[in-house]
Amino acid sequence: MDDPLLSVQDLTVRFRTRAGTVTAVDRVSFDLAEGETLAILGETGSGKSVTAQALMGLLPRPAGQVAGGRIVYDGTDLLARPRSDTRRLNGTDLAMVFQDPLSSLNPVFRVGAQIGELFRRRRGASRSEARRKAIELMDRVGIPAAARRVDDYPHQFSGGMRQRVMIAMAIALQPRVLIADEPTTALDVTVQAQVMALLAELKAEHRMAMILISHDLGVVAGVADRVMLMYAGRVVETGGLREVYETTGHPYTRGLMASIPALDGPRERLVPIKGSPPDLMRLLASCPFQPRCEFATDICGTERPELMPVPARPESHRAACHHAKEVATDVVPG
Amino acid sequence: MTAYLFRRTLFAVFVLWGAVTVVFLVLRLVPGDPAQLILGSDATQDEIARLREQMGLNRPLVVQYGIYLGDVVRFDFGDSYRYHSDAMGLVMGRFPLTLQLAVVAMAIGLVLGISLGVVGALRVNRLADRVVSVFALLSQSMPSFWIGIMFILVFARQLHWLASGGHGGFDRLVLPGITLALPLIAILIRLTRSGLLDVVHENYIQTARAKGLSERLVIFLHAIRNALIPIVTVAGLEFGKLLGGAVIVETVFSWPGVGRLLIDSISARDYNVVQAAILLIACGFVLINLVVDVLYGYLDPRIRLGR
Repeated sequence: MDDPLLSVQDLTVRFRTRAGTVTAVDRVSFDLAEGETLAILGETGSGKSVTAQALMGLLPRPAGQVAGGRIVYDGTDLLARPRSDTRRLNGTDLAMVFQDPLSSLNPVFRVGAQIGELFRRRRGASRSEARRKAIELMDRVGIPAAARRVDDYPHQFSGGMRQRVMIAMAIALQPRVLIADEPTTALDVTVQAQVMALLAELKAEHRMAMILISHDLGVVAGVADRVMLMYAGRVVETGGLREVYETTGHPYTRGLMASIPALDGPRERLVPIKGSPPDLMRLLASCPFQPRCEFATDICGTERPELMPVPARPESHRAACHHAKEVATDVVPG
Repeated sequence: MTAYLFRRTLFAVFVLWGAVTVVFLVLRLVPGDPAQLILGSDATQDEIARLREQMGLNRPLVVQYGIYLGDVVRFDFGDSYRYHSDAMGLVMGRFPLTLQLAVVAMAIGLVLGISLGVVGALRVNRLADRVVSVFALLSQSMPSFWIGIMFILVFARQLHWLASGGHGGFDRLVLPGITLALPLIAILIRLTRSGLLDVVHENYIQTARAKGLSERLVIFLHAIRNALIPIVTVAGLEFGKLLGGAVIVETVFSWPGVGRLLIDSISARDYNVVQAAILLIACGFVLINLVVDVLYGYLDPRIRLGR
């Protein structure tokens, strides 16, 4: 395979807080090829959004800082270049769709101006040209009567339409990597499916690579090529979508799958993952999932597992669990 | 929009009526008799009584009030006994000078207040921010009559850079303008600084950065525009206060505006002039409030009026 479009190597992000330093992202590595879709999954606080912020150079400063690793995009290490330099890649090379489309749109500017701004500020387009392109884009992302709505303000749109506006902004300059951070979480279920379908369509049309961040395995199933699960700032399982679904290598992944309601199957009680996410302040030399894990044995309390190949597809599927084999072969303990 | 304007006008009339009434009552409750003051200390009781009758001051308060209101409704504000001319005309003649002072102070206040507030927010908790905050604290704490006197002592008496008072020429506007602007600067610094600090944590600022806009554009277009919304309200209200608050500064700097006239007229119990001046200032306040409300809709489309 050629060099990947985007390669993240041992990315570590720390936050300084009043109570101490928190490692929000801990030696995370992944590659993204042109046109590929990677889903990053995990609970709130698992470090998935922080990873995205680091990629876009949007970490809240001065609290959040990249403490190590490399982000290689198209052959250059973004972290080695000055911030204002990497900022220029935003929009044109890397673009992002955020979780809450209402608060992510500036309330005092017309949506047409907010979309057109990309052409005016980044491409030197004239006001009328930018407006025309904004209408084109709004039309493309499925906003009805775009020519009329271009002069409306964000609060005049519904949630789904706002997210379409966000998507129009993200794809405006035809970026090569689109990062979507929980793009459907704030939306109604019916609208969720439409927005996901739109993203998949645009991705294919522009041959973009996509990083799709979600806590919902169901949302990503239709579009992701590969998935990466994060827990307590670390990657705990990574592999092709089918591999991870079929031969799950980490009990956390199993837990996430068990907590999705099945629309077609029999009505069963949902099984939540027991316990709550770990306190990142006091991670010990043990498996961070151990207190919540039904597979846990003595070794889990003394040794933190590293990512290791899962036997069925060792070349692409890896999990950070001492008992990956048992988990994969479905030996439910007890 | 018409319904809104109608409501506003009704409310304005109510406010003006309140102002007129309070001033009318307070003036008459304060000890001091215009007739006595006009005639001087060696006038006889008879002469004073005759003048009081002439001026209508011997009638019951309620009757006086009724007559006064009737006159006001017909835009007749009476004459000044000191100048023997129309009271409102007198006040209007002085108004441009007060307005001039207020506009200068407003301009100084907006420019310095907002820019120093931005500096504070962008350098938050660093030296520049601390200096700005201390400056705001001092500006707000020092009463304007004292600052005015200090300015006169330093810049007029000691350094001879600027005139100590009177009007005419730009140089005579500088000291009273700054003195009047200082409290406003302080308020705007605080408001801009805290407003901007709130706004930069909003998600849409992150969006602007994700679009690859320069930090300059992110702050000065996306953030400032949102931080401006509360600033406009406060600046508008403060402008009304400047018109009224010029009283002290005008007195300290012998600036012959409405404020000076008001103070002099109060001492002389020139009732009609005092009433006319207060009414004019109140009108200014009401009008400015209306302008602010309309402007607000332009700055924040979410609360556009008349819907």
